[in-house]
Amino acid sequence: MTALGVAAAVASGERTARSVAEDYLERISEGDGGIGAFNLVLAEQALADADRVDAALGRGEPVGPLAGVPVALKDNLCTRGIPTTCSSRMLEGWRPPYSATVVDRLRAVGAVIVGKTNLDEFAMGSSTENSAFGPTRNPHDTSRVPGGSSGGSAAAVAAGFAALALGSDTGGSIRQPAALCGVVGMKPTYGRVSRYGLVAFASSLDQIGPFGATVADAAACYEAIAGHDPLDSTSIDQPPEPVGDALTDGVEGLRVGVVAELCGGGRQEAHRNGTNGSPASGVEGVAGDVLSRVQDAAGALEQAGAEVRTVSVPSAVLGLSAYYLIAPAEASSNLARYDGVRYGLRVDAANAAEMNVNTRTAGFGAEVKRRIMLGTYALSAGYYDAFYGKALRARTLMLQEFAAVYEDVDVLLCPTAPTTAFELGAKTSDPLLMYLNDVCTIPSNLTGHPAISVPFGSGDDGLPVGVQVMGPALSERLIFRVAAALERTAPGDGSTP
Amino acid sequence: MSGTPEREGTLADGWELVVGLEVHVELSTATKLFCGCANRFGDEPNTNVCPVCLGLPGSLPVVNAAAVDFAMRLGRALGCEVRPAVFARKNYFYPDMPKDYQISQYDQPTNTDGCLELPDGHVVGIERAHIEEDTGKTTHVGTGGRIHDADYALVDYNRAGVPLVEIVSRPDIRTAEQARTYVRELRAILLAIGVSDARMEEGSMRVDANVSVRPVGSNELRTRCEIKNLSSLRSLGRAIAFEADRHVDLWSGGERPRQETRHWDEAQGRTTPGRSKEDAEDYRYFQDPDLVPLAPSADQVAAIDAALPVLPAARRAGLLAAGVGAVSAEESALLVERDQDALVRAAVEVGADPGLTATRVCNDLAVDDWSKVTPDGLAALIGLETSGQITATQAKQVLAEMVEAGDDPAAIAERRGFQAMAGDDLAATVDQVIAGNPEEWQRFCSGDDAARKKLSGFFIGQVMRATRGQADGGAVNRLLRGRAELF
Amino acid sequence: MSGRISRDEAAHVARLARLRFSDDELDELAAQLSAVLDHAADVEALDVSGIEPTSHPQPLTDVTRADEVRPSLERDEVLAQAPSVAEGQFRVPPILGEAP
Repeated sequence: MTALGVAAAVASGERTARSVAEDYLERISEGDGGIGAFNLVLAEQALADADRVDAALGRGEPVGPLAGVPVALKDNLCTRGIPTTCSSRMLEGWRPPYSATVVDRLRAVGAVIVGKTNLDEFAMGSSTENSAFGPTRNPHDTSRVPGGSSGGSAAAVAAGFAALALGSDTGGSIRQPAALCGVVGMKPTYGRVSRYGLVAFASSLDQIGPFGATVADAAACYEAIAGHDPLDSTSIDQPPEPVGDALTDGVEGLRVGVVAELCGGGRQEAHRNGTNGSPASGVEGVAGDVLSRVQDAAGALEQAGAEVRTVSVPSAVLGLSAYYLIAPAEASSNLARYDGVRYGLRVDAANAAEMNVNTRTAGFGAEVKRRIMLGTYALSAGYYDAFYGKALRARTLMLQEFAAVYEDVDVLLCPTAPTTAFELGAKTSDPLLMYLNDVCTIPSNLTGHPAISVPFGSGDDGLPVGVQVMGPALSERLIFRVAAALERTAPGDGSTP
Repeated sequence: MSGTPEREGTLADGWELVVGLEVHVELSTATKLFCGCANRFGDEPNTNVCPVCLGLPGSLPVVNAAAVDFAMRLGRALGCEVRPAVFARKNYFYPDMPKDYQISQYDQPTNTDGCLELPDGHVVGIERAHIEEDTGKTTHVGTGGRIHDADYALVDYNRAGVPLVEIVSRPDIRTAEQARTYVRELRAILLAIGVSDARMEEGSMRVDANVSVRPVGSNELRTRCEIKNLSSLRSLGRAIAFEADRHVDLWSGGERPRQETRHWDEAQGRTTPGRSKEDAEDYRYFQDPDLVPLAPSADQVAAIDAALPVLPAARRAGLLAAGVGAVSAEESALLVERDQDALVRAAVEVGADPGLTATRVCNDLAVDDWSKVTPDGLAALIGLETSGQITATQAKQVLAEMVEAGDDPAAIAERRGFQAMAGDDLAATVDQVIAGNPEEWQRFCSGDDAARKKLSGFFIGQVMRATRGQADGGAVNRLLRGRAELF
Repeated sequence: MSGRISRDEAAHVARLARLRFSDDELDELAAQLSAVLDHAADVEALDVSGIEPTSHPQPLTDVTRADEVRPSLERDEVLAQAPSVAEGQFRVPPILGEAP
């Protein structure tokens, strides 16, 4: 059942919130052993929350739009009194004394939190293999990764362990696992959803967003969490537009641009041939079957009355490089606070500085350390201008070029991820190869624009493919609408493993 | 080498002192810079803390509007340009810093390019005055109580996140005395505009001095040392003098000082090198992505200017113009600092003697609440004293009662039976005392000035004893000199 | 491998970041970071004349809050999360260096 179906059944009295919660908890206890979507299942709390919903309904009180809907939270969202680990040894056992704004908002509309989901440690990764507590597996094929870093949330929705889930997206960490798990995943405009209580990876890129089995579910979840928060200085201080009522509007007359550079074109080859820095025609590594589905999706939109054309955003190919300077730079600073003094892990030593070193060396995994090293280097004296300073300017260039393209088209279309879900271990030995997973999703993080991944058929291996719809800042209503149109025309059904 | 205050003014021949000061001032806002925790000194450790000022994962800073306003107020009071500003992160590890970075302003500070004019007219340039957050407080615990042999350390984060403004002067200070005057003047401005209580002893005002020397006539800036741990104006002066001498000695001996941070050891009266750091400092500054820029409008700045009170320098000038210039610079600074200059000026306006009024208020009105003392009342008191109707001692007592009860000074004097002896009575008493001490009188009349001064003290004492303190010393002295035909 | 970063440089960066690595780990890290920087050659080669940096996707300014006291956390709740506590404070091993 969809999240909206659950909400309707609970609101109408057809189901009790408790029975719904029990169903989902049972599915988790039966199925999660083979998936590993959850770091923590909150059975007791979920049942108590469900009982509260039922009691309110029994008294005839109004309940929120997600009353009784089981929701999973990525384990980098703070939950008061409940362990929040970021899948890191560093925060094992940490119980925050406060909850993230999004958590409060979900509970305010009646959602029932069923658990905290696995992620790449501190959200750094694209496969959920960088978790200190073991990987999450793809429900469609457990030899494959679910994508990352919000792999646990994507897998939880795909496996029916939760009707909705929240993830965080810094370079594609919602959309890429959504694509690999065959669910809908959406990254709102930067500032549209409060980051208060989201453990920071890269503050200028991080954004919380929803996972749902359907576009309508994701839209309902987005509506519950969007809006201004005075606790987040970067929060947009204007009321969000509703999106749910636009889903059936169709795409007649909309102008859709397929981004040539994000549909491949072999930058890697030119690069490896020693032509460093020369303008590459497109991003590297986009697989043929994925590209075919994007073309199918473009065709489907055209069929539905949209005007589709190919557009060019040359600087989009700079995204990956810029991202892997900016995100680690911010991360190196954001993760300095894990020093063994106030919370979390401490590995003692004879003096405080050595204690810091021992703690951080023991508490962080390899990928986190790698990014801290990269970011520390990028910010350090002597290299700032050459790398970080230039990456910030590449970001400006991208903003300018996307703004120009949005003069001509309403939304953009491209792959979400370059390939379908890959085997566990396939990319763990080559960090750069792993980073290439984010090549199509990164531009929206650098520009702060919203983007959504919607399942659209499957690849040659039968695994789900996601296509990505991107729009300008605050165009959530529009991209949900286009995603809904794609969902209606999607071939087959990759959403139920 | 010694850095005694007596030697502060003098540097070896041919050398000039070059000092710039960095002053950290805690702003007296109700809350911290980035969260709603109380900004309060002296509470139980770790009771004014929240996710933000503890740097808990997921927490985010939001700027306190009052802190920005205070900082801009200070900037304008120092004649700075108030500019669009961004917050940056200064990255370094230290246990008292909850995020292991400090939110500060780096290449785009709120205030730049101001100046501070000292009472003697010397102008010290202000490079910048930027906003940043304070750190927590570390206590080193151990047998020796010193940092080197501590067993462990305790950290209290109540102070973490308290708003600071760091005022960085240009190296325009040329003597230790100027450095002290600069700090005193800065403090007067801070108090006048109401943005800080600026107490050095409580640490709400902290001064670091960058000290170097150069040959007189040269414009170069030689290697400087930064001196920390200056907890009083006295320390500041002594430390600068010591450090300057050290530099002169080094240069004169063909050596050069190392650029380093040094600590003032008040007990030993010397500076000692700080521990050298393992790595060169590399703070990896970058714009804080959790905060957005400040962009003060021209209207905002104009409103701040319009609301600025008259600043200490102008108020001292006002005292001078009112005829209170006879009093020392220290007295006029004190009157302004205590906000008593207007009272003095008003009393003078209705006829009180300027010098005596200033002295009486400076010395005998150092109380928190002097609201019952009106200009008219003060002028009447000073009138009683200058006309010899009451003595100085009595005037002080009357003033004390005026603070409590606010009565008319003449009424108080009468009630307490105070009156200087009438002229004839006093003359008779003086003659009796002269007659009773012929030898001393002989010496008074024939002696030199020094002897006479000594003996006049003796005679005044005798007269006071005979009148049980009712006599006015000045009047007795005048009578003595008249009898000795010294006019 | 381009060797953009030497082992010594990697060691220096590790000290800044308060991390410890074996020499072998440092060599591997240096190579991996070099590869990422090689990939970033496109950004490094960018002609940035006339392009302002973008630190942030939002064009917001002057987001502030009123100077009003909010409740602080309970000290017990705060200290319950700390690895070591004494006298109502966070306890750490002796601090040798000085704050800058």
